Amino acid sequence: MSQLKFISQPAAASSCCPPQNVKEQGFIDSHIDSTIGHVPRVRTTLTNAEIFDHLKCRVSAYRNSYTVEPGLYAVGNPTAQSEVMVSANYKLSFDHLRRALAGLDAWVLVLDTKGINVWCAAGKGTFSTAELISRIRSSRITELVSHNRLIVPQLGAVGISAHDVRQATGLRVHYGPVLARDIKQYIGSGLRATDEMRTVRFTILDRLILTPMEIRPAMGKFPHFAIPCLIIMGLKREGVLFSPLWHEGMPLVTMLLAAIISGALLTPLLLPYIPARAFSIKGYALGLASMLGLHLAGLMGNLHPLVIAASWLWFPVLSSYIALQFTGSTTFTGMSGVKRELKYGLPLYIAASVIAACLLIAYKILDLRGSLS
Amino acid sequence: MKRLTYLKDVATLLYDQEKCTGCGRCVEVCPHRVFVMRDKRAYIVDRDLCMECGACMRNCSSDAIVVDSGVGCAAAIINGMLTGGEPSCDCNPKGGGACC
Repeated sequence: MSQLKFISQPAAASSCCPPQNVKEQGFIDSHIDSTIGHVPRVRTTLTNAEIFDHLKCRVSAYRNSYTVEPGLYAVGNPTAQSEVMVSANYKLSFDHLRRALAGLDAWVLVLDTKGINVWCAAGKGTFSTAELISRIRSSRITELVSHNRLIVPQLGAVGISAHDVRQATGLRVHYGPVLARDIKQYIGSGLRATDEMRTVRFTILDRLILTPMEIRPAMGKFPHFAIPCLIIMGLKREGVLFSPLWHEGMPLVTMLLAAIISGALLTPLLLPYIPARAFSIKGYALGLASMLGLHLAGLMGNLHPLVIAASWLWFPVLSSYIALQFTGSTTFTGMSGVKRELKYGLPLYIAASVIAACLLIAYKILDLRGSLS
Repeated sequence: MKRLTYLKDVATLLYDQEKCTGCGRCVEVCPHRVFVMRDKRAYIVDRDLCMECGACMRNCSSDAIVVDSGVGCAAAIINGMLTGGEPSCDCNPKGGGACC
């Protein structure tokens, strides 16, 4: 699959002049005059506004358009012997890199990854061998350096064939550490990364940072379930009444919220401490635990047994489903495993949902016929 | 910290040691240290640590490694099931989705 068919691709961008919107890129503080023209030089510090932007990336769709112009940049006063670092044009990734390069002189070659971080872009095929080769050519970086080293982030290896890059450009890819913050040590020790630097972790902080983007989509769908719950519970022969809506509907909405929190927040945070390996089971276990908590708190006192049965059946399943979504954000789950979970999980999810809906409808029919009291 | 591991015996990682030239690229790129070098050849230490990212396969110049790599994301796989295509994490219909 890694044949050199991409060699004939035209260069992605001209390097003769800085791209038009480079001036708007506030992280550029000056330009370097080189034999191939101006190379923008970037700051290695982040402004408060940039740190705030990073926060926005963690919690919102702001991340989808947070980019830098692809191309060549300079850090410090790079020379012909300075290292060439490759990065993605997601500004969050790029910012981590330039901050980590503070005090060093280096060239940074930014690939066009459509604003996606290195690892995901490598998986999606935009941080690719073809893009790297094309960018090496269009940037004319080989005219600026007298060595043949290229430092590519290790996680970029998912999309890059080092031997193909070498064959096409003569440059030798050195895979740098997983984290930008280890780069100084990596360069300082002669491009050698420790085992530690090469291993991807998934600390509680890493997981916490990811949870807002798990909770948000789940909360986005919250009203679609909460409002019908309230209406169904409030529906009486006289119309939708507030008293049952409140007394029987609110417990359901609380359980819904608890299921979302269990699946989207607690499961990611407690990931290593929940015994099962499968995310669906981890999420189900925490969903059950939260139901038990609410039960002990007396939340279900006002509910009919049929509604209680539907709740015990469905809410842990919802938590399980939401927890399974987190597989997309972890650093260690593979496709085959997730497929297996879905193969067994999806039919169960659907069955549980149908049965729970039937129980709820049965309850409402009995309720409306007045045969409950 | 306790090491996070996913399901057992699901990884599709296949490695043909006969083809190994001992370049060490797989050891270099694997984010979960699945490979080690011993006597100028790569060995698999623990297949269950493999997350099927495909970095080793892509950087093996002697085609000794095969792994069915792809996005290990439930939403992406369900997406693929619904559209009948490959798992795709482009949840954003406008393209350029960055959900992962």
